Amino acid sequence: MKCNNCNNQATVHLTEIKGGKKIEKHLCESCAAANEGLPVKSHMPINELLSNFVLQHSGLQKEQGTTCEHCGITWSEFRQSGLLGCQQDYTLFERDLTPLLQRAHEGATHHVGKVPTRRGGTGVPIRKQIDIAKLRKELAKAVEAEDYERAAKLRDQIRQAEG
Amino acid sequence: MKLSDLTTQAGEWLRGNGPMSEIVISSRIRLARNVSGVPFLSKCTRHQRHSVESKVRGTILEAAIAPQVLYVDLEGAPEIDRQLLVERHLISKPHASAEGARGVAVADNETVSIMVNEEDHLRIQVLRSGLQLEEAWEQINKIDDALESRLDFCFHSRFGYLTACPTNVGTGIRVSVMLHLPALKLTGEIEKVFRAAKDMRLAVRGLYGEGTEATGDFYQISNQTTLGKSEDDIISDFKNLVIPKIIDFEVHARKMLVSDRAVALDDKVCRALGCLRSARLMASEETINLLSHVRMGVNLGRVKDLDIRTLNELFLQTQPAHLQKIQGKKMEGDVRRAARAEYIRHRLNGR
Repeated sequence: MKCNNCNNQATVHLTEIKGGKKIEKHLCESCAAANEGLPVKSHMPINELLSNFVLQHSGLQKEQGTTCEHCGITWSEFRQSGLLGCQQDYTLFERDLTPLLQRAHEGATHHVGKVPTRRGGTGVPIRKQIDIAKLRKELAKAVEAEDYERAAKLRDQIRQAEG
Repeated sequence: MKLSDLTTQAGEWLRGNGPMSEIVISSRIRLARNVSGVPFLSKCTRHQRHSVESKVRGTILEAAIAPQVLYVDLEGAPEIDRQLLVERHLISKPHASAEGARGVAVADNETVSIMVNEEDHLRIQVLRSGLQLEEAWEQINKIDDALESRLDFCFHSRFGYLTACPTNVGTGIRVSVMLHLPALKLTGEIEKVFRAAKDMRLAVRGLYGEGTEATGDFYQISNQTTLGKSEDDIISDFKNLVIPKIIDFEVHARKMLVSDRAVALDDKVCRALGCLRSARLMASEETINLLSHVRMGVNLGRVKDLDIRTLNELFLQTQPAHLQKIQGKKMEGDVRRAARAEYIRHRLNGR
């Protein structure tokens, strides 16, 4: 079918109802863009269309734009290469990494196992830090359960651990 | 110690004297570690990459992880040397062919190798003959402690040891056991092992790790989960559940071959041996496949005049880089295949 305006092939077919009257228009892309204000970029590949759609509805948009200030990596760059750029990325992308880690590690989200005995530079033994964090959690639970005897014990333990 | 000294021996782990060595070739544990305060390698500048390499190299040598440590600077090493290290399982294929500042430290009769600037800043590996996972863990844990007392490793209170690829995060551990399973292959039951391994979230790979085909009926079984399980749990699963089951399965298949298909079995073994003892041109993959059958024959007492150690040495010394190192010249195509065939005849015919 030829375009109503020129001799090009018509690829845009419009049906308009105006005052109860049906008007059919057959236009080529450029005439449609010029006369009807329709977007010219009509041949967006289906995969691009879909991924845009998924992104819009997955809440990932924000992270898409987030760039690590330390190494410059973005979430989408990581998704392409599978490799993170620096240690800070684990904190920066923690929310989005969690489901990926769960899938890769049988649902696990927390490390269980060896802990370095010290971390030079900071001077604070990291094993101790983790122990204290654990005790604090338990203390909160004990308070919630109104188990004050246990809470008092835990508080003493924390004080001792903190030195 | 020089690199060329390595070619004349099979290396500790291929000595074939470890526990269960009829079926278990080797036990390997590796730990992935990164130095804190420097980007992971994909985001390192040339300068950062260089400084990590020299810092880690200095630390390894200073920590005196063993009486003798051989450090190979891979950026400047010739291709054949890098290939040699791959054939000996001391470095990975990607590490051999990568670019930029990188290296490997080898120690303790090649049971220890530490790759510097592979996918992570450090990939510490312990490789031992036969089924020796607990021993390997004890050894690697000490090395890790020694290095950690001098280097700050990336560690996150929730995610554990941080690695470039999140599939290694947590313990950063990969436990791999290399198994020789010719009977399961011959009886067609190897598929069941694959399926069981998949159900248990284990990976099955070939002789040279990730992305390699299983040649000569050698299979590497390794863990994939590194987060949410302790090192001890991962190792004890392997030692007490996974590996004994596969060993039993292979032993059963071997018994079945001897009792029900003895002639066919002997034919397979003797054909392989005849070929190795007489052929004039031999490709490396064919060699591995034939040696694999002979190895099974020796283990089942069907071949009396050969020992496992000779076979294990041949597995290694017939590989392209080893062969060229031993012969002291570069060879390709038919020249190399002819030299390989001659070397095998010489070793197997006792002349």
